[in-house]
Amino acid sequence: MSAVIDSHSDDHHHGPAKGITRWLYTTNHKDIGTLYLWFSFLMLFLGGAMAMVIRAELFEPGSQIVSPEFYNQMLTNHGLIMVFGAVMPAFVGLANWIIPMQIGAPDMALPRMNNLSFWILPVAFGILISTFFMEGGGPNFGWTFYAPLSTTYAPPTVTFFIFAVHIMGASSIMGSINIITTILNMRAPGMTFMKMPLFTWTWLITAYLLIAVMPVLAGAVTMMLMDIHFGTSFFNAAGGGDPVLFQHIFWFFGHPEVYIMILPAFGIVSHIIETFSRKPIFGYTSMVYAIASIAILSFIVWAHHMFTVGMPIAGELFFMYTTMLIAIPTGVKVFNWLSTMFKGSISFETPMLFSIAFVALFTIGGLSGLMLAIAPADFQYHDTYFVVAHFHYVLVPGAIFGIIAGVYYWLPKWTGNMYDEVLGKTHFWMSFISVNITFFPMHFVGLAGMPRRIPDYALQFADFNMVISIGAFIFGLTQLLFLFVILKSIFAGKQATTEVWEGAKGLEWTVASPAPYHTFETPPEVK
Amino acid sequence: MMFIKRIFAALIACCVSLPLFAGWGDVNMTPGVNALSREIFDLHMTIFWICVVIGALVLGFMVYLIVAFRKKEGDKPAQFDDHPVLEMTWTVLFAVILAVMAIPATFTMIRAYDDAEGDINILITGHQWKWQYEYLEDEVSFFSNLATDLDQRNNIAPKSDNYLLEVDEPLVIPTNKRIRFLITANDVIHSWWVPDFAVKQDAIPGFINTAWTQVDEEGIFRGQCTELCGQYHGYMPVVVKAVSPEDYDVWVNEKKEAKIQQALLTEKLWSTEELYEIGEGVYQTNCVACHQVNGEGLPPVFPALAGSDLVLNDKAKQIEILMEGVQGAAMQSYAEQLSEVDIAAVITYTRKAWGNDASGDGEIVIPKEILDYKNNKL
Repeated sequence: MSAVIDSHSDDHHHGPAKGITRWLYTTNHKDIGTLYLWFSFLMLFLGGAMAMVIRAELFEPGSQIVSPEFYNQMLTNHGLIMVFGAVMPAFVGLANWIIPMQIGAPDMALPRMNNLSFWILPVAFGILISTFFMEGGGPNFGWTFYAPLSTTYAPPTVTFFIFAVHIMGASSIMGSINIITTILNMRAPGMTFMKMPLFTWTWLITAYLLIAVMPVLAGAVTMMLMDIHFGTSFFNAAGGGDPVLFQHIFWFFGHPEVYIMILPAFGIVSHIIETFSRKPIFGYTSMVYAIASIAILSFIVWAHHMFTVGMPIAGELFFMYTTMLIAIPTGVKVFNWLSTMFKGSISFETPMLFSIAFVALFTIGGLSGLMLAIAPADFQYHDTYFVVAHFHYVLVPGAIFGIIAGVYYWLPKWTGNMYDEVLGKTHFWMSFISVNITFFPMHFVGLAGMPRRIPDYALQFADFNMVISIGAFIFGLTQLLFLFVILKSIFAGKQATTEVWEGAKGLEWTVASPAPYHTFETPPEVK
Repeated sequence: MMFIKRIFAALIACCVSLPLFAGWGDVNMTPGVNALSREIFDLHMTIFWICVVIGALVLGFMVYLIVAFRKKEGDKPAQFDDHPVLEMTWTVLFAVILAVMAIPATFTMIRAYDDAEGDINILITGHQWKWQYEYLEDEVSFFSNLATDLDQRNNIAPKSDNYLLEVDEPLVIPTNKRIRFLITANDVIHSWWVPDFAVKQDAIPGFINTAWTQVDEEGIFRGQCTELCGQYHGYMPVVVKAVSPEDYDVWVNEKKEAKIQQALLTEKLWSTEELYEIGEGVYQTNCVACHQVNGEGLPPVFPALAGSDLVLNDKAKQIEILMEGVQGAAMQSYAEQLSEVDIAAVITYTRKAWGNDASGDGEIVIPKEILDYKNNKL
């Protein structure tokens, strides 16, 4: 280790290359983190624009602006882009920026692979989006792409979709190998596992989840490819295959995937609550064990997405019980966050506002998740807007608020300037109000019987759908303000101090703001 | 202006009606009309209130924390960072609450999974985008299509009360009889859902799932397909009409009689105009979804019929496609779905409409030819 660091100390002041090559060839974790974050921001707006189309179509009963076929393409790609293009790359971007600085490492362990794992992502999404301009249109079978709708009955462009998913999977696998290698090998002397910051912990576990399930997804799409082009019948009942097999494989990937999208947010929120409560995180050890148990449980709950496929009753009960168990570690985490705030000295800067909203609204999403776990009741909830409400509550005010909170929290460290607090708070309040106007009434229409993924609906759902659409438009527009706040902080703003936040703990707050191009070339000592 | 007013009205309606709960049914699950659905509703309400209480406590405690511990000049935050006894206590508490929920859920689950034979057994088959109902004992079989017309969907005509929840022919069941549903699909996965029965079961090609119901009261119950099944997924409602056992018997006999009448019709001499007229109706119900009103289709998935060489000049092939479907494509077999008369009529219609009459051989198809095709196959 020390030899590497010594050889670098000679050109201590060398900076980034000039022009576009800086970004194309970069192996610097901060540059690659920035690329990931901007890419995911772009995808957030693209997926968001699709959500706006969906909400415009559902504004009133009757056909509004798009055909049912295009509507299906919108809902499919909204899901795919938000999951694989916005949330996951945003977390990888944060990991790239923050993990080496949190553990006192000079860079990621595998910097060239880091470059590759980013640059194949735009290729994957380029392929996915190009299908919209091909004959037959883009993927239209939902982000869960159940066979045989996605095989025998899919548009011909499904092959491009399969290729794109393969590339996204490769990118994720490379990213997680890199993160695991970095965390296991490059921690500063003295940083034992149980001294590791929680964001690093959550990402370590998330990366293992990714390595475990991404190949399963790759297997699923490869079987689709074989069914479509090479005459196999994995998922074709007429040839002796099994359409339900697809769902088992998909959700064996899909459920850990859900936690992949939330665990790093747990880490971010833990740091922020601890910082702005000016008090150490409550129950660090139980936090780590809770995250690990959630990760392990995530492998044995998958069929709760399939309570209505006609499983034997033993299966229904098994998956109901295991799913309910998840509430225990999740509840522990929520209580730990609250206990961290208890007897603290809390201030309410924008990252803290988003984190508190995260805890509150994630709790609502968690409780509706608990309701969905009850198998017999799920016969009524399944595939209705109640489910849509549930997973948007855990993904939007959950995962995305977590990401936004993290961006506000670390932004001064990245740009060297404080963001505009008034605009940040405006962004928060607009988002907080509109996200609830958007997703809360979905519980009602879902319980009242509105199925998901329909382009038009019966008249009794009309009022709430209009409210939902208005909320969605406000939420969508509000995110433009977020873009403005970030740009403003890049170009102007009060100079940030090294510590940035009163009460911030961790190695990333010991380097200058903005963080120099190379940090921790000499490893810090952790006591 | 009207528009803005409506938006405003909707927002106000939302804010005002939420606490007042103008209609509980608009915001909550239906208790339904049988023992199982009421049991599931009660289970739902139990879990719901437990979750509401937990949620209220957590959110209330958060508000307290936010108010009580906001930063003040010169305050000293505490520095404790764990409390093992407390942590163990709430972990055990969560487990207890979960057990309280799991026990009633298990018993309800067992009752929902009763798959004993019914007094009446109905095979339900999902097709893109309609339901087929076959009464296994009575050998009655028919398809149930969306009845809402395109003008309503395209906002040209005012929308009826049961917009998108109405069909040309509902499933008819008798009250106070155990009805068992055997549910499968012909093409992609669908899901058959009637909220009032608390029955939602996926219809999967190659599988037969079971569900059951027993309805105490007469009435019409509406539901929808709940598994994304292609572009018209939102347009395949389920309508069930529960009638008294006496009325049910009358209905079954009518259906049987109609079947005999239908068979006789194939022997009748048909004029082109008669066939064209019937065919137009059949086309509107069964074909427009893919091949469109103007016969242009939606290439490449749904081919055009207008000007198609096959439709213009190859009558035999066209009959074969209608009867057998197209392997590996969305086109299904209509041999079971439509009567001989309807198939002959709709082929005749496609060969005459959209100018096909002038550019093709213009031959019509009579019901007898369809019957012959069927008999030759046997």
